[in-house]
Amino acid sequence: MFEQFDALLLARIQFAFTVSFHFFFPAFTIGLASFLMVLEGLWLKTGKQLYLELFKYWVKIFAIVFAMGVVSGIVMSYQFGTNWAVFSDVAGPVIGPLMAYEVLTAFFLEAGFLGVMLFGMNKVGKKLHFFATCMVALGTFVSAFWILSVNSWMQTPTGFEMAANGQILPGESWWDIVFNPSFPYRLVHTVLAAYLTTAFVVGGVGAWHLLKDRANLHARKMFSMAMWMAAIVTPLQIYAGDLHGLNTLEHQPQKVMAMEGHFQSHPDGAPLILFGIPDSEEKTVKYAIQIPKASSLILKHDLDAPLAGLDTIPDDEEPPVGMVFWSFRIMVGLGFAMLGIGLWSLYARWRKRLYDLPLLHKAAVVMGPSGFVAVLAGWITTEVGRQPYVVYGLLRTADAASPLDAPAVAGSLLAFIVVYFAVFGIGIWYILRLMSHTPHVGELGAKRGDTGPIRTAGITPGPTQNPSHDEPLPTEKEGE
Amino acid sequence: MMDLTVIWAFIIAFAVFAYVVMDGFDLGIGILFPTFDVGRERDRAMNSIAPVWDGNETWLVLGGGGLFAAFPLAYAVILPATYPLIIAMLLGLVFRGVAFEYRWRDPGHRRLWDAAFTGGSLVAAMAQGMTLGALLQGIEVVDRAYAGSWFDWLTPYTLLCGLGVVAGYALLGSTWLIWKLDGPGQAHARKLALRSALATIVLMGAISLYNVFLNAEYAERWLTAPEIYLAAPVPILTAIIALSMIQAIRKARNSKPFWLSIALFFFGMAGLGVTMWPYVVPPGVTIWDAAAPERSQIFMLIGVAITLPLIIAYTAWAYWVFRGKVADEGYH
Repeated sequence: MFEQFDALLLARIQFAFTVSFHFFFPAFTIGLASFLMVLEGLWLKTGKQLYLELFKYWVKIFAIVFAMGVVSGIVMSYQFGTNWAVFSDVAGPVIGPLMAYEVLTAFFLEAGFLGVMLFGMNKVGKKLHFFATCMVALGTFVSAFWILSVNSWMQTPTGFEMAANGQILPGESWWDIVFNPSFPYRLVHTVLAAYLTTAFVVGGVGAWHLLKDRANLHARKMFSMAMWMAAIVTPLQIYAGDLHGLNTLEHQPQKVMAMEGHFQSHPDGAPLILFGIPDSEEKTVKYAIQIPKASSLILKHDLDAPLAGLDTIPDDEEPPVGMVFWSFRIMVGLGFAMLGIGLWSLYARWRKRLYDLPLLHKAAVVMGPSGFVAVLAGWITTEVGRQPYVVYGLLRTADAASPLDAPAVAGSLLAFIVVYFAVFGIGIWYILRLMSHTPHVGELGAKRGDTGPIRTAGITPGPTQNPSHDEPLPTEKEGE
Repeated sequence: MMDLTVIWAFIIAFAVFAYVVMDGFDLGIGILFPTFDVGRERDRAMNSIAPVWDGNETWLVLGGGGLFAAFPLAYAVILPATYPLIIAMLLGLVFRGVAFEYRWRDPGHRRLWDAAFTGGSLVAAMAQGMTLGALLQGIEVVDRAYAGSWFDWLTPYTLLCGLGVVAGYALLGSTWLIWKLDGPGQAHARKLALRSALATIVLMGAISLYNVFLNAEYAERWLTAPEIYLAAPVPILTAIIALSMIQAIRKARNSKPFWLSIALFFFGMAGLGVTMWPYVVPPGVTIWDAAAPERSQIFMLIGVAITLPLIIAYTAWAYWVFRGKVADEGYH
């Protein structure tokens, strides 16, 4: 019995570890692919080399992030079977087809066009290359569509039937499964989060180079584009997050109770607990700093609306409160910090000092990785908040694992931890190194083969270079 | 008998075959990488697959994801039964995949990433072959769950299958390089192709013989009438292809060895089909036992019917863009 529990806990840690690590990469590539598409589109439209140079600067980073996303993603696609065999068998008839659609409509699209996007500029011509970039960007979005549909269905399952052998089967309409109640909210919230994550990375890199040289045109353009995103998308994201929260209140009330730290019911207006230390044993939030009735105002738009607490939920149906409570606050706090940066940049832009405020640039550098932290905190909120279920209300996490012994899972978990920290740690180091290079005129793309002879020798980056040098060569259309 | 479940069995088989030949040549190049000269020869070998490896690996996700979708029970049994192999394969693919990018980003540690490229490819190939062996030798299932013990997957037979796949991938990789390289690189690839071809043929033969002794039902299928009339063409055609492939390598043909090595794999897969049919998890679980309900099958079939032709079309286009010998200059 104890041994079984151990293996379960290890399997949960392994899934949480591998999926958290994995999600950093798509959270970045979804936004970065769209950013690259915009840069290349602007280059084609305006003909300005600056946009092409920015494209080449970021496409090198994209290539590394994408590779890390691919290899860590393949791990995920097999981990359902290796570690969650009962879940795979029981929920496979519903979830499997959605994931198959993800592979068919998204992964192949991304991977099929990625080679042309990275290495094909001189082979296919500008327009076709732009098309490839668009397809990669589209692929990242379509992938988000399907995987968030799967996740949302696990949170708010609809459109299913139960079979006699315990399997969950699809009902009459796949529409009800794909567009389950929480899906539209989760999709919008997650995709906006990916855009913001990228915007703050780009803004942070731009700000870093502005701090070194505020006249650098490439850094200015990056920073300016990123700050527009921060100013426009952050308010939208806060609004989308609010709607998502209301949807969660409707379909997974105990998750919201944990987020709010509401151990008790409040029949006439619930307080908004800003900070405090939730104590699940004593069912109370210690040292709470709270605004009376504000939670009812946010969640019900009525100061005196009653809100049920975890006291209405059986103990074995409650999620762990502390983790959900804290991760939610980290996400929201970072969201408002992002809003602050966005508003600050608007003010600086209005005063025509966007490139002349080192304090803003320093703040933007500090906030560079904030999107990753916020995204991770948000996922912890929603995933821990639906415990103890893996398919909400239908299949408990404890009943979903593979029949593996603890040592087997411990061994694989250890291997994942060592390999991921080493391999992806080094990858992140390479990315930081690329980011520390000052973007410049004559930026090179994803260069391969510096040992090759000599046709590359003319392209030495530097200010003396003819600015039109980076123009792709006229397309060779052999065999046509 | 041509029901949806059978159609799905063929779709999964196609995905696995596509994966095996396409990522097979990538992994094969990884396995052979240490025999190439540091510098231009290695860079060109790497550049011959850099634009396509990611698409090739996606077929593995389709194979796994498709199995999950179409035969969830098989997915839920095979993966726990071969747990250490799958984890090893996934970690091998991590090292192999990042090496494509990392080796260019860090010339100071390029040899380290080249070693990761080779080690990852070798581990992944070996683990894939051993998983196949573990499946063929049979997996114990009780109450819809794996019921065997921890090292069922480790036997002389599975090791033999692992080596067979390593040799086969090396053959695909070296014949691909014959096609994509010229000069001394090509000559080197030809030498490697000949050796890998011999190793592949010997190991394929050994595994086939072993199969017959492994399981009375397999033996019956291959050695008694009337099944033998259906089964016999497979080894005969395989032998013909193997011989003409060696001829093509010796005669310094350009792309023919590669296509013939794919044909060799095709007949290997066909032989596998004859051996396993209609089981998806021998000895007890048939494709019908493991199949997803009809609604899932139909929903996915619509998607496959629409997207698979498109996928094949744009994948072919991506290969076409990078056709011909690998240029000396590298890509920009």
